[in-house]
Amino acid sequence: MKDVNWVALTVFLLFFAVVSVMGFLASRWRRADNALHLDEWGLGGRSFGTWITWFLLGGDLYTAYTFIAVPAAIYATGAGGFFAVPYTIIAYPLVFLFLPRLWSVSRVHGYVTPADFVRGRYGSRGLSLAVALTGILATMPYIALQLVGIQAVLDVLGVGGSGNWFMKDLPLFLAFGVLAAYTYSSGLRAPALIAFVKDTLVYIVIIVAVIYIPMRLGGYAHVFDSAAQKFSAPGSKGSLIVGPKAQWTYATLALGSALALFMYPHSVTGVLASKSRNTVRRNMAIMPAYSLMLGLLALLGFMAIAAGVGKGIKGYNNQLAVPQLFEDMFPDWFTGVAFAAIGIGALVPAAIMSIAAANLFTRNVYKEFVNPAATPADETKVAKVASLLVKVGALVFVLLMDKQFAINLQLLGGLWILQTAVSIVAGLFTRWFHRWALLAGWAVGMAYGTWKAYGISSAATKHFGGNSAEIPVIGQIGYIGLTAFVLNLAVAVVLTLVLKAAKAPEGVDETDRADYTADAGDRAVEDAPQPAAAH
Amino acid sequence: MSSQTPLPVVTPERVLAGLCLAVPIVAMLWVSSYAKADPGLGGMPFFYWYQLAWVPVSAVFTVGAYLLINRDEKARRAARPAAPKGGEQE
Repeated sequence: MKDVNWVALTVFLLFFAVVSVMGFLASRWRRADNALHLDEWGLGGRSFGTWITWFLLGGDLYTAYTFIAVPAAIYATGAGGFFAVPYTIIAYPLVFLFLPRLWSVSRVHGYVTPADFVRGRYGSRGLSLAVALTGILATMPYIALQLVGIQAVLDVLGVGGSGNWFMKDLPLFLAFGVLAAYTYSSGLRAPALIAFVKDTLVYIVIIVAVIYIPMRLGGYAHVFDSAAQKFSAPGSKGSLIVGPKAQWTYATLALGSALALFMYPHSVTGVLASKSRNTVRRNMAIMPAYSLMLGLLALLGFMAIAAGVGKGIKGYNNQLAVPQLFEDMFPDWFTGVAFAAIGIGALVPAAIMSIAAANLFTRNVYKEFVNPAATPADETKVAKVASLLVKVGALVFVLLMDKQFAINLQLLGGLWILQTAVSIVAGLFTRWFHRWALLAGWAVGMAYGTWKAYGISSAATKHFGGNSAEIPVIGQIGYIGLTAFVLNLAVAVVLTLVLKAAKAPEGVDETDRADYTADAGDRAVEDAPQPAAAH
Repeated sequence: MSSQTPLPVVTPERVLAGLCLAVPIVAMLWVSSYAKADPGLGGMPFFYWYQLAWVPVSAVFTVGAYLLINRDEKARRAARPAAPKGGEQE
């Protein structure tokens, strides 16, 4: 066992204590009269303005796992891992087109989850359930990976990782117990408030890291030279520049991930919590500040190579590259700040994800199938308990299963959630698609993607070892999720034509054309059912 | 608020906004245009600094789209017969 870094650990614990207090106090922040409504606990009263939404979405989408995994991918494979940058560049212009419509229709009809919208638009419980379960399934491993992020930090700090299983994971239990408690009591307000601290810390750490570390390592030229050397060595699997054969993979991964990003329940939760249509749009323009940070952060992977992190250690855990780099390069107290940024960076998305999964369960499984007479207060109670269960589930997952399994599942999660995009995005513009065709398309996309991913092995794992395979017809290697999405769309189009010809029942659409452009201040919004923030 | 005819679906503002949004997407998906090492910038290969540079550029395009769409929506609200309260704040 390595020595405990006391200075760093103290700073880390100090920040952790501060955000825990904030998390509990958050329940009093901007409190509305009707605290028992699910809009309050699960969407912060739909009241967040541009800046709060910016911090919340930033804290939500750029997770601790991202901070660990993106540079780890760069560290291990070079250019291929950099796709995260074009991915986040593409995402915002792409979703600019449809997220404001989702906000409006959800505001008018009081939808809390994407599956609520699908239910209302297509009048289909089956399709809504498919969207809800996909969301929960994709979110669970994502929460588990946030724990993996905290574990990596604790490992490098020298706490945990040895002794019996209980002592080993005790710090993780504590962190998660606190997180679960304040999420339970404060709902979405807790991560929204903590996100301010998290994002401020992250910005400071990244800016310092990209200036200070290259200075110590002899400049960017030296950093990239070391990386070039590593990847040109015989037997190296990476490359410094994306090769001609890997370009399709790079582009399809960027496009598919961008499309999937705002299908994740936790992203939708962040969007629906904002107070107006323009809040959503403005955020699409200012979110790239986080992407820039992500890009700079990715370069830390190369710095870890230049600093000789993990050099010569066989089977080195890439996930530890960046935490180790911080510890090697920074003075102890700043290492503590950096690790606090990663640790808190795990808590914010984990809270929002568990809230989003709880909302899905409550609205689209519990209320829909178990207790249709549930009042908003009942919904809030169920959602609070569900958020606890989701977190416990994620914890058990991390402790009992192989960590690699969580990573595999998270890759699959992206692929799965992308399959809900046809129903949701198309539904925001047209009612042309038939609900049964969409359900069939979803099933085909899920099955094809999972089957393809199952067949990929890597050094670390026998199945689900990657996310790209040959695209049929085109013959290039591309992101499986996107191929499955195209297949999904094709099935939905063809079956819609067939079902329309057969005059299959279309289902009731409870939305109206004008709902999709309604904004705060419109009568439709003022008269919306259960206007939580308005009173 | 005179009773004008509603605006057509396709307006110059909407077309321009669409273009603003399409430019960064196309630029990023065209991987072969930037998959090279030279010219480097301060020791950073072209591949990296070019994509990093696109982050702020894409934000500028999105701001453009935002302003255009805002204009378009204001015009639509004004053209709507019996506009609901609160649509205009000038």
